[in-house]
Amino acid sequence: MSHALIAGTLRSADRRLPSWPSTLHPMTAESTAADTSKSPDQRRARWMALAQAGDRRTYEKLLAESVALIRAVAWRKGVAHDHLDDVVQETLITIHRVRHTFDPGRSYDAWVTAIASRRAIDALRGHGRRVRRELHDDFALDSHPDLHDASAATESLQRARQLHAAIAELPPGQREAIEQLGLRERSLSEVAELTGRKSGALKVNLHRAIKALRGRFHGDS
Amino acid sequence: MSATSSNKTLIDRLGTELVPVRRLLSPGQRTLGWLLVVAAIAVVLLMLYGVHPMLHRWEGAPDLAWAALGAVITAITAAWAAFALGIPGRHARWAWVPVPGMLLWIGASGLGCLRHWIAPHTSIANLHQASDCLIFIISFSIPLSALMILLLRRACPLRPVLTAVMVGLASASASASLLEICHAYDAAATDLLTHVVAVGVVVALNAAMGGRLLSSY
Repeated sequence: MSHALIAGTLRSADRRLPSWPSTLHPMTAESTAADTSKSPDQRRARWMALAQAGDRRTYEKLLAESVALIRAVAWRKGVAHDHLDDVVQETLITIHRVRHTFDPGRSYDAWVTAIASRRAIDALRGHGRRVRRELHDDFALDSHPDLHDASAATESLQRARQLHAAIAELPPGQREAIEQLGLRERSLSEVAELTGRKSGALKVNLHRAIKALRGRFHGDS
Repeated sequence: MSATSSNKTLIDRLGTELVPVRRLLSPGQRTLGWLLVVAAIAVVLLMLYGVHPMLHRWEGAPDLAWAALGAVITAITAAWAAFALGIPGRHARWAWVPVPGMLLWIGASGLGCLRHWIAPHTSIANLHQASDCLIFIISFSIPLSALMILLLRRACPLRPVLTAVMVGLASASASASLLEICHAYDAAATDLLTHVVAVGVVVALNAAMGGRLLSSY
């Protein structure tokens, strides 16, 4: 993909999508002078080379600047607005895991675009699977219509609120586990990567959270 | 937690986890490394079987030499394509790179089917001998594929199945090249069919299993 196309997409995406601040940390005069002589893509490639060498501030700045590009790629792939940040986070994690594969002599934007495209496709597939399950639920609802739809909807809303309130009262570890694994349907490895916690600890927290919620709603011990 | 602040939190956390990394070697360098292993096996086979029988066969039927050259070119280009596809941002068009070598390999091998018109006294493999070729190609392809998949696990193949197909093609063509050293028969229809089946089995196995092994990204 040409850089002009990416730049055009970014410009159009910036009009449609909320953008991320361009910098997290102030740049030094030396790096600013060096960077202004290069294209944004070349500058980001240089930043990634510094990140590969362990420069944390440049790395954070680079990731923050990459968010807009990732969102634009995901948007172009057809990811819904509500799920754009899921793709952003998955892509950032992948960038972190595979940063050693970047060759500073090549385009950083092309490298990130490829990873973001892949994560966007994964998100769309995951969403497709959920939709198929939901279609099955619709079929069940059509087959067994509720005579008290309005009251059932209110009851459902109340139960959802109660559930959210109950989740909010859980200890932080359990709350994080149920939100990430249960509600957002992320895999154990993804959540472990995202939260920096071990899979075993996440499993234990999820189990305890489910037990606590079950106890609260059904009185099980 | 809003999406923007959760992004910032994640970036901060990734920043704290940052450690210097050793950059991945270029696809060309990794291809060279893998080919060195193939070359080492070739040296061992040449020491066991000698170079003269192979040269004698090629002298009698030059199309065999062209087929061997095609197999070697396919092995090199398919390996290069596999390692290139293991890097994000490299184009899927890399998968077309082995095609010219394959055409030479298949075209020259196909000439063997006309052998009884070109050189009627050449020794042709029977079904039993052809099955030996099948076993040879598959058994050499397994470790060569495993080595390449191991090397690719450190990369990031975003198209795992296509990459695995290239792995299978590289391993099968490298094995067919090695077979040429100790191959006492000419490329008759049975032999060509055996080679096609062997390459097909290796590529299919890689696409099925290698694709899964490489799909962790």
